[in-house]
Amino acid sequence: MTVPYDKTFAQKLLHDMLRIRRMEEKCAELYGAQKIRGFLHLYIGEEACAVGALHALAPGDNIVATYREHGHALVRGVPMDAIMAEMFGKSAGCSRGRGGSMHLFDAATRFYGGNAIVGGGLPLAAGFGLADKLQKRQAVTAVFFGEGAMAEGAFHESMNLAALWQLPVLFCCENNLYAMGTALARSEAQTDLCAKAASYAVPTLKADGMDIVAVHEAMKLAARHVRDGLGPFFLELQTYRFRAHSMFDPELYRDKAEVEEWKTRGPLHTFSARLKAESKLTEEEFLALDARANAEVQASVDFAEAAPWEPVEDLLKDVVTPPSPSIPLPPAGEGSNPPPSPARGRGAGGEGPP
Amino acid sequence: MKMTYREAIRQAMHEALAADPRVFLMGEDVGKYGGTYACSKGFLEEFGPERIRDTPLSELGFVGAGIGAALGGLRPIVEVMTVNFSLLALDQIVNTAAALRHMSGGQFSVPLVLRMATGAGRQLAAQHSHSLENWYAHIPGIRVLAPATIADARGMLGPALADPDPVVIFEHAQLYNLEGELPDDWRCDIATAAVRREGTDVSLITYGGSLPKVLAAAGQLAAEGIAAEVIDLRVLRPLDTETIAASLRKTHKAVVVDEGWRSGSLAAEVMACIVEQCFFDLDAPVARVCSEEVPIPYAKHMEEAALPQVSKIVAAVRQVLGK
Repeated sequence: MTVPYDKTFAQKLLHDMLRIRRMEEKCAELYGAQKIRGFLHLYIGEEACAVGALHALAPGDNIVATYREHGHALVRGVPMDAIMAEMFGKSAGCSRGRGGSMHLFDAATRFYGGNAIVGGGLPLAAGFGLADKLQKRQAVTAVFFGEGAMAEGAFHESMNLAALWQLPVLFCCENNLYAMGTALARSEAQTDLCAKAASYAVPTLKADGMDIVAVHEAMKLAARHVRDGLGPFFLELQTYRFRAHSMFDPELYRDKAEVEEWKTRGPLHTFSARLKAESKLTEEEFLALDARANAEVQASVDFAEAAPWEPVEDLLKDVVTPPSPSIPLPPAGEGSNPPPSPARGRGAGGEGPP
Repeated sequence: MKMTYREAIRQAMHEALAADPRVFLMGEDVGKYGGTYACSKGFLEEFGPERIRDTPLSELGFVGAGIGAALGGLRPIVEVMTVNFSLLALDQIVNTAAALRHMSGGQFSVPLVLRMATGAGRQLAAQHSHSLENWYAHIPGIRVLAPATIADARGMLGPALADPDPVVIFEHAQLYNLEGELPDDWRCDIATAAVRREGTDVSLITYGGSLPKVLAAAGQLAAEGIAAEVIDLRVLRPLDTETIAASLRKTHKAVVVDEGWRSGSLAAEVMACIVEQCFFDLDAPVARVCSEEVPIPYAKHMEEAALPQVSKIVAAVRQVLGK
């Protein structure tokens, strides 16, 4: 199949995959240099999923992701500077250094994490769908999770709620075959993930997660279904992570040959080869895109390095919303309560995005 | 106006639903059934199924959905049938609702109100009777309320809904049938403890379902010539330690009454605060009356033996006073 996109959009997709790849390669290096600490879960190999999927969504949509979410945040529009600064633990980070790699958040792009409890984002997504439905907003909530999350009760409870209440939620399962080190067949009696989802009377679709065109087309279809008010949708993206689960993983659970086999299907080189074959990309253009990605990465590292550390005196900041004199006690006496004041935090119906 | 605690809760929710279209009620059997404790009777007919939302038995799912809905601009009141069942939702409450503001660097507040019944006394045995308020009071990022009076049952919900952060409200199951006068000035804050009875000889510090027992004990003690001051904590997190300390500076003795188990109890936290802040004001060791360290038994006499009772409170006070 030819790539059904014009040169500009096709190169945009490729560039976004390169941005993720180069950023994460740098993160791995910086981890070795102890600039980045904690857990670092790399998405390398899976880039076609985030890029293909997120380009099918609109600015008013909500994104809920996992702890392997650097790519999703970046493609959604969180500046690489802010992501890198977050990895460094600096207050210039997108979560002010309080979240780290696993908890990237950004109100401006409706990026709601960055959830490191497997399946933890799924009920949240049902809630976003409920809020949009009750407030008659035509938004899609796209929730990303791995196949490991489908063993959690949260998956089943959320699928049931979304289907029962016909909520505008797009369940996007990135099936990379391993829940940390446990292969799908070693943890699930039913390995056909679409069959599990379909048991909740939700339409399902499977797509090759190594093929960005397949991902993007499937996601467009799924998003249209959800946006049209036809209820939730389940999309399985079959993919593979090339790197270890985290920086602590010795990878004892899978064959090197298996990894090498999947690498031949790597989304970057297969897609660029296709574009070249279709005269939508030259080697010079590829090198230029790659150079731009590398320059952006270097700039983000410089930004993160230069950013100041948050003073320890701020430690207790943002545990709860600081008291504000603008929210007085309700007046005493008879009569009805005034409506509760809007939240003072960003994004909670207050000063956040509409 | 005379009313029950249940009716006060109902009126508070009714007022919030009528005043703000963003407010909705969600939980098991809140609609067609009218609420497990009949606190939402008639709401489904009045406000419709979109806003009075019966949920499947999916505590984790619908509490999490409440968090998402709150982030999405609504003001959910999520009812969990009992504190025991809330353990099924604990992940969403602790790992998401309480942590989200902080781990997002202050970008997202979660204006969620979570109501649940708590406590023993109705022979419901070991899976429907526990008092785990202190588990919640342990967690930074949430506010924990324990309305123990008709006025607080009526007054706490409004400011809880106005709070931009998650608020957990514990309603002791023994209080729903409590009847009393709703004062004209029932509107209240959700920040301070209250002195329910003034006294000079000993401070009795308690909350929730134990308040009626403590007031009864204070009445008995008064007949013996002991003037007990009764502090109702009302807000279990953050604790109003100033009200406690002010009382201790007056009475110099304290007994803490808490239906939670003794080890690691909220009572232990209150006692630690007293020792930290009032050590040199104390005339006697601080005492506590808590539940016995046993899953709550079914048999009536055994259940009664497991819980704080008026007689135990009176005995503890006599011991502290050396009488």
